[in-house]
Amino acid sequence: MNAINPWPFIAAAYALTLLGTAGLALWSFLAMRRAEADADAVSKRP
Amino acid sequence: MHVYANPARFLKIARPLTAWLGWAGAAMILGALAWGLLVAPAERSQGESVRILYVHVPAAWLAMAGWTGIAIASLMQIVWRHPLAAVAARALAGPGALFTALCLATGSLWGKPTWGTYWEWDGRMTSMLVLLFLYLAFIALAGAEKEKGGEGRLTAIFGLVGAVNIPIIHYSVVWWNTLHQPASISFVRGTSTIHGSMLWPLLVSALGFSLLFGAIVLMRMRAELARNKVEARLKRMAGA
Repeated sequence: MNAINPWPFIAAAYALTLLGTAGLALWSFLAMRRAEADADAVSKRP
Repeated sequence: MHVYANPARFLKIARPLTAWLGWAGAAMILGALAWGLLVAPAERSQGESVRILYVHVPAAWLAMAGWTGIAIASLMQIVWRHPLAAVAARALAGPGALFTALCLATGSLWGKPTWGTYWEWDGRMTSMLVLLFLYLAFIALAGAEKEKGGEGRLTAIFGLVGAVNIPIIHYSVVWWNTLHQPASISFVRGTSTIHGSMLWPLLVSALGFSLLFGAIVLMRMRAELARNKVEARLKRMAGA
C-alpha cells in the first residue's frame, strides 16, 4: 500500500497535462487564425 | 507521399482535417481520463497512483513519436527536398518538447508516491531528459537557421542524428538495470500484460492525445505556410 496519499499527485499530473495541452492547442489555433487572416489581407491588396 | 508535398494540395486536405482531429481528440481525451479517474480500478502494487499512467504513457508515446516524425521529415528534406518537410519538422518540435516535459513531470509525480522519489538517474529517465534537451536545441537551431534565410539543412541533419536517442529510450529498460519497469504493451507481438479494465482507457487516452497532437501540428504548419505566403508577397511588392 502507498504510504503517501497519492491523490494530490494524481490531481497535479492531470492538471499539468490538461492545462499544457489545452494551452498549446489554443496558442496554435490563435497563431494559425492570425497568420491566415494576414495572408488573406495581403493577397487582397492590389 | 510526394503528391501531398505540394502546399496547395496539403492545405486543401489539412483545413477540414484540423477540426476533425482536434474535436475527436479532445472528446476522446476527456472520455478516457474520466474513465481512468472514475471507473478503472486501482492497481494491486501501485494503488491509486496507476491513474497517473493514463496521462504519462500518452505523453511518453508522443514525445518519442514527435522526434520520429522530425527524423522522417528531415530525411525527406535532405533526400527529396520536399517543400513541406522542413515546415512539418518545425511544427512537430514544439508539441514534441511539451509532451516530453509532461512525460518527465507526470513520471516524477507518479514516482514519488510509488517509488518514494521524484527522480532517479536511471537509463529511461535520463534518456528522456536528453530528448527534451534535443527538442530545445532543435527549436533554437531551426529558429536561427530560418532567421539567416537558410534552407534548414543543418537543422534537418540534427533532426536525423538526434533520432539515435529514440532506440536508446526504448531499449534503456532492457540494456540497463533500471528502476523503470519494462514495456507492458508490445505492438509488434500484439501482446499486453495490462488487464483490459486498465488497458482500454489507456489506449483511448493515447489515441485521443495522438489525434489532438496531429491537429496541433497541422495548425502550426498552416500558420507557418501563411506567414511564408505573407513574407513572399511583401518581398514581391517591395521589389516591384
